[in-house]
Amino acid sequence: MKSLEDLERLRERAKEATRIRENAAATRIVVGMGTCGIAAGAREVMTTILAEVAKRGLTDVIVTQTGCVGLCDQEPLVDVQLPGQPRVTYGRVDAARARDIVARHVVNGQVIGEWVIATK
Amino acid sequence: MRELSLHLLDLIENAIEAGARSVDVSIIEDPAQDRLTIAVADDGRGMAPELAARAADPFTTTRTTRRVGLGLALLAAACERCQGSLDIQSTPGRGTTVTASFRRSHIDLAPLGDIAGTLATVIGGNPGIELTYHHVFGERQFCLSTRELKERLGEVPLNVPAICEWLREYVADGLAQLRGEAQWRG
Repeated sequence: MKSLEDLERLRERAKEATRIRENAAATRIVVGMGTCGIAAGAREVMTTILAEVAKRGLTDVIVTQTGCVGLCDQEPLVDVQLPGQPRVTYGRVDAARARDIVARHVVNGQVIGEWVIATK
Repeated sequence: MRELSLHLLDLIENAIEAGARSVDVSIIEDPAQDRLTIAVADDGRGMAPELAARAADPFTTTRTTRRVGLGLALLAAACERCQGSLDIQSTPGRGTTVTASFRRSHIDLAPLGDIAGTLATVIGGNPGIELTYHHVFGERQFCLSTRELKERLGEVPLNVPAICEWLREYVADGLAQLRGEAQWRG
């Protein structure tokens, strides 16, 4: 059972991580959360990415969301931008792809070409 | 949408899109009256009466990326399918309140589903907004307020993934307890 007291314990650990995050250039992960994205499974993609980033203890990653960009048939969409790198957009992402994107692209810096639909 | 919590996510995203700084969510499950009510109230820019009247029309949208807007249309259809209704109250400059009601035992009613995932997604993706969540089940209730969480967290932001994970489990546990179940089943 999770309690508010657990949160205070987490805070102490997160403080250190936040300090690291403020100094380092962060990787940005953006999940499309328009109606089209939501209907296609963007929530599971978002919660999977958050869980994966938390499990791996990645402190230099910011996970955020955006609305519809007009590529509704390719949803769920996930953008990954490593510091100083072009922004890569992945299409038709599910929980399994999301875990792979974190492991291969975010952690190891390898773009997964077959799922990419745009690079900018 | 397969779950009502996905409609809820969509409603909260609408509120954020409308520039809301605070969003108040209430879910009232009333087994005695056989009603379920989901309401999202925001302090965003609101809508003029003409737009509010057309908001649930699938060909009404404020987006420029596409010409259809299905979120409220799908929710209105879900309400009507389950002997309920969708009500939209909006005042320009003040905000919007969307209230969806359903007959709780209706065979076509989708489950509430992963509310914890919806809240973790919204709060993790928009740490700047203030959200309250109020869920009533019969005589019992479960409440959550980002303001209160932020007070406990101090300088640590709510969008730290480990905090989002805690939040998701905390809500899932709280809702299971609300229903008197060992695990939240939606």
